[in-house]
Amino acid sequence: MSRISRGESFVDRLTPWLLPVSVLVLWEICTRVGLIEQRVLPAPSQVAVAFWENAKSGALAHHVMVSFNRAIVGLAIGGSIGFILGVLNGVSRPAEKLFDSGLQMLRNVPHLAIIPMVILWFGIDETAKIFLVAVGTMFPIYLNTFHGIRTVDRGLVEMAKVNGLGRFAIFWRVVLPGAMPSVLVGLRYALGIMWLTLIVAETISASSGIGYMTMNAREFLQTDVVVLGILVYALLGKAADFATKLIEHRVLAWHPAYHASGSVSA
Amino acid sequence: MLKRIDPRRDLVSADDAVSVAPVAQPTPLGKRLKLEGLKRSFGPRKVLDGLSLDVPAGQFVAIVGRSGVGKSTLMRLVVGLDQPEEGRVVIDGEPVKGLQSSVRLLFQDARLLPWHSVLSNVGIARTPGWREAAIEALSDVGLADRLNEWPAVLSGGQRQRVALARVLVGRPSVLLLDEPFGALDAMTRVEMHGLLERLWLQRKFTTLLITHDVAEAVALADRVIVIKDGRLTFDIDVAAERPRHRADPHLAALQDKILAEV
Ligand SMILES: Nc1ncnc2c1ncn2[C@@H]1O[C@H](COP(=O)(O)OP(=O)(O)OP(=O)(O)O)[C@@H](O)[C@H]1O
Ligand SMILES: [Mg+2]
Repeated sequence: MSRISRGESFVDRLTPWLLPVSVLVLWEICTRVGLIEQRVLPAPSQVAVAFWENAKSGALAHHVMVSFNRAIVGLAIGGSIGFILGVLNGVSRPAEKLFDSGLQMLRNVPHLAIIPMVILWFGIDETAKIFLVAVGTMFPIYLNTFHGIRTVDRGLVEMAKVNGLGRFAIFWRVVLPGAMPSVLVGLRYALGIMWLTLIVAETISASSGIGYMTMNAREFLQTDVVVLGILVYALLGKAADFATKLIEHRVLAWHPAYHASGSVSA
Repeated sequence: MLKRIDPRRDLVSADDAVSVAPVAQPTPLGKRLKLEGLKRSFGPRKVLDGLSLDVPAGQFVAIVGRSGVGKSTLMRLVVGLDQPEEGRVVIDGEPVKGLQSSVRLLFQDARLLPWHSVLSNVGIARTPGWREAAIEALSDVGLADRLNEWPAVLSGGQRQRVALARVLVGRPSVLLLDEPFGALDAMTRVEMHGLLERLWLQRKFTTLLITHDVAEAVALADRVIVIKDGRLTFDIDVAAERPRHRADPHLAALQDKILAEV
């Protein structure tokens, strides 16, 4: 990427920004002259002001932290359960027999459909949101871990056996690293689901978090804050994506797609 | 069955022993390998049907046979990845079952772990002192300068050399080679032949080499056997001195003889 852009001229590098910037300018003009009602869509400058005010009061940071916390805790719980079940069923046929069809059935229930039940169980407590995120993120990680472990090259496992590796060594040095690309695909899916779940859950029932912030603003017709909330969600989603890319680069450093030089750096 | 023992061979090795003995010569690793009536079938297909073979310690045997005749199956039985329905594998008089630390198999493809460096692939068993042993094995195969690289960036021949280094680290008494050079180009193959012969002369592990290439068989082996219909159908000693010359008319005649039996 960087190698290509180095050769590009200044104009070339500006080109991708041309369209978004003109849309923003046009949008600003349309709202200013009253072509678009503020109740429908606030001007970009208003959103910027809303950002500034909410940032200054600390409200924005508070809501972001709350949402971020729910997302991470939910993902950690759901992801761990999914990963452990995936590994267990991947390496053990009896475990697969016992758990897999049950998990497949559960997977077919859209997890957002259980929101009413979850509210009955946990109220609009933190637990409700974390539970929903955990349920939503568990399945993609489970499925991809399971699949990754099952599709590890049998040839490599045989090689490890004839070179004297025991079962644990084979698991740690052959099976798990071999499953890692697939596990990370699962993580990517899970991150998408994580934000989606959180948006829905916070919008429906919460007393803090970005979803709450936007719903609250809606009641007072503060469209600028609503748009701000949407933008924050988008940014968080982007950040999560970026984080997985970093993890991939680190964990899959061996993969030809990720190493340029070929030497193993420590 | 044809057996021709070359009296000169004994003379040569006796000579060698006299002239080279004072230098630190690695002790021969080889053990006697005996296969007794091995049977293995897959469903109705009898792949090995009572195959027997007796290989003296340190001998280099090449196995040729048509594709699908059961050569890889035989290797898997000897190394212990698979069990015969009947018969047994005997090493130095001891019947063995399951994987043996003294038996190593080099596969047709290199089977390197892409997530480990060349060095840690070679030391994959992580036995004490593996790092030094791996470095030594890598210099034996001429790759000491590549030990910190990912396997993905190596050429096919280099990967196979890494795989060879990996089996050498295990100091095998019995080395099984399942068409390890099949996928390499002619030049690289000749290079690998030289390397393998040198290592074998140094350590004298008992060696079974599967090959499609009869020229390769007679160039490297002390003895060539042919497998057909699940059994050993032809067995001949290669009575040529080393280093051998590819153009040797005696070897060419031998090749024709073997080809007629495959
Ligand atoms: N796990 C298995 N299940 C069923 N059939 C098998 C299995 N392994 C080998 N076979 C069959 O056994 C026969 C011998 O296979 P093997 O791989 O030993 O042949 P080979 O002599 O090594 O052939 P090649 O020279 O092509 O490598 C083949 O017909 C193959 O289909
Ligand atoms: Mg084969």
